[in-house]
Amino acid sequence: MVIAADPLLLGPVDLEVFLIVLLKVVVSFALLMVSVMLMVWFERKLISDMQNRIGPDVAGPWGILQTLADGIKLFFKEDLIPENADRPVFKLAPYLSLVPAFLVFAIVPIGGDFRTGDGTVGWFGHRTFLQVADPPMGILLFLALSSVAVYGVMLAGWSSGSKYPLLGSVRASAQMISYEAALGLAIATVFLTGGSLSTHEIVSSQSNWNWNVATTGVVPFLIFLVAGTAELNRPPFDLVEAEQELVGGFHTEYSSIRFALFFLAEFMNVITMSAIAVTLFLGGPDGPILVERVAWLWPILWFSLKLSAFLFTFVWLRATLPRIRYDQLMDLGWKVLIPLALGWFLLVAALNVGRDRGWSPVPVVLVSVAVLWAGTAMLGGAVRKARAERRALEFGSDEALDAGNGA
Amino acid sequence: MGYFRGFAVTFRKLWEKRVTIPYPEQKRDKPERLHGRHVLNRYEDGMEKCIGCELCAGVCPARCIYVRGADNRPDDPVSPGERFGYVYEINYLRCIHCDLCVEACPTGAITESKLFEFSFTNRSDAVYTKDELLVDGETGRPQHLPWEDWREGEDADTSGWMRATSPSGSAAYAGRVSWSGELGYGVRRPEQGQSGPEAGDDEGNVA
Repeated sequence: MVIAADPLLLGPVDLEVFLIVLLKVVVSFALLMVSVMLMVWFERKLISDMQNRIGPDVAGPWGILQTLADGIKLFFKEDLIPENADRPVFKLAPYLSLVPAFLVFAIVPIGGDFRTGDGTVGWFGHRTFLQVADPPMGILLFLALSSVAVYGVMLAGWSSGSKYPLLGSVRASAQMISYEAALGLAIATVFLTGGSLSTHEIVSSQSNWNWNVATTGVVPFLIFLVAGTAELNRPPFDLVEAEQELVGGFHTEYSSIRFALFFLAEFMNVITMSAIAVTLFLGGPDGPILVERVAWLWPILWFSLKLSAFLFTFVWLRATLPRIRYDQLMDLGWKVLIPLALGWFLLVAALNVGRDRGWSPVPVVLVSVAVLWAGTAMLGGAVRKARAERRALEFGSDEALDAGNGA
Repeated sequence: MGYFRGFAVTFRKLWEKRVTIPYPEQKRDKPERLHGRHVLNRYEDGMEKCIGCELCAGVCPARCIYVRGADNRPDDPVSPGERFGYVYEINYLRCIHCDLCVEACPTGAITESKLFEFSFTNRSDAVYTKDELLVDGETGRPQHLPWEDWREGEDADTSGWMRATSPSGSAAYAGRVSWSGELGYGVRRPEQGQSGPEAGDDEGNVA
C-alpha cells in the first residue's frame, strides 16, 4: 500500500528524510498557530471596522498582539470543573476538538509549482510536496476528522452536567451531522472532475486556470460555502453558541486554558475549512508566476491570497447576516442543500459518463434535467404532503388533510 | 437582489469614519451638567450651605446618603441658620448619580462636579465624608483627593444649578428660580426668563 505519493518517501527513508518530514510538521504547526493568532485579530479588527468601531489597538502595532495577550490572560485564569461534570470526558473534549483541526491542515498543499512542474519543491537535495502528508484517501480524511470534531463539541456539552451546554451540544451534533451530508456531496462532485481523492492530484488537475469552481459548475462551490459555514458553527449558523438563548453553548462551563483550546480549534477550523475550499475549488496554489527569480514564492502567495479572501468572506458574513432559526437551519440543510447537491452530483456524473461513451451532450443534459425535475417535483410533493398531515394532526382538521391530498 | 444589499452596507462601513474613540487616551468633551462626584458648597463668606434637613437622604433612591443635623452654636455657627449638617456621608458604591439630591436640596448645598472616573481600593474610601465633600474654604473649588484623577474642567461650574429658592431674600421672588450666591462663583446673572427689576444686581442686592 502506498502511504504517500510524495517523492520524498518513495526512496529509502533515512535520517535526512525523517528530519525533513519533522521540519515540515513543525513548520506547518507554527504556521497554523501564527495564522490562527492573526485570524482572531483580523476578525476582531475587520468586524469592528464594519461596525464603525476601532477594535483592539493597544497590544502591539494596530493591536496585532491582542490574541497573544488574551491567550496569556486565559492561561493564568482559574481552571474550573463543575461539580456535576464527568471529569475525564470533560477534560478530553477540548482536545477532541483541537486535534482534528490541526490534522486537517496536514493534507493541504500550500505551495509548489503545478503549472510547469509536478508540484514539488527542492528541499536539501530532495524533491518533496509542500504539504505534510498526501494520503491516497486525501479529502476523505478531512470528512472523517470533521466528524471526529463533532465528538469534541458533543462530549463537551454532555459532560458539563449543565442544561445550556447540553442543549448547545445537541444542536451542534444535529447541525454538524446534517450539513456534513451536503458538504460531502459537494466534495463528491470534485472527485468526479478531479478523478482522485488525493489533494495533490485534485490540485494538479486544476492547474492553468482549470479550476473546479468552473468545471463543476458554480453550484457545488456555493453549497460547500454554505455547508462549510454551518459546519464551522459560524454566523449566520451559530445556533450552537447562540448567546441569547444558550449563554455560550457547549463551552459555557469551560474556562481558562480549556476554553482557550475550544476557541483555538474554532478559529483553526475556519482557516482549515478555507484552505480546503481553496484546494478543492480554487486550484490551490495555482496562479501565474510573475517574477521568475522567486518562482517558488508565487504559488504560496496565491494560496495565501485565496485563503485571505475566504477568511474575509467569513467575517463579512458574520458582520452582515443575523442568526437563522433552528427550523430554518434544518429546512435549508435537508430540503434544499442535500437534494440540490445530490441532483448536481448526478448531473455531473451523467455528463461525465456521456463524455466517456461519446454520447451527444444535448440529449444527456435534456434527460438529466427531466429526471432531476421529476425528482424535485416528487420531493416537493412529499414535503407538502408531510406538512399537511402534520397540520392536520396539530389542528385536528380533515380539511387540511384533504387539501394536502388534492395538491 | 435584496438579500445582498446588506453586504454592501457592511462593506461600505469599512471606509466610514469611526464613531468610537480610543477612550482612556482621548476623551470626549463632557456635557456642562454632567452628573459626577458631589460637592458640598459654601456661601461667599465661607459658611456651609447644608442645613442638615436630610431631604437629600430622604429622596435618594439608592439610599447612599447619610445625614445627621445638629444645632449651630450661636457664637460659632457653621451655617447661617439654626441647624447644620453635622455628619454628611455619601456611599459611592451605591450612588447612581441621578441628581435627585441636588433637586431636593433647599439651599443648593449639594451639587455635582463632572468627575465620574474615580475608583477605590477599599470600601471605606468609597464612603465620602463631609470633610472630603466640602469645597475648599478659600477658592470654593472641589477638593482634589489623592485617589481621584481630576482632569481639566471637571471641577468647574460645580454651582451651575438653578435653585428654587430666593437667596437674595426678596419676597417678590420667593419660590422663583434664581442663582444662589456661592463661594468662588459669586452671584450669577439670571438666565433667560429670570431677569427683572426685582432680580437684583450681580451682588444680589435688590434695587
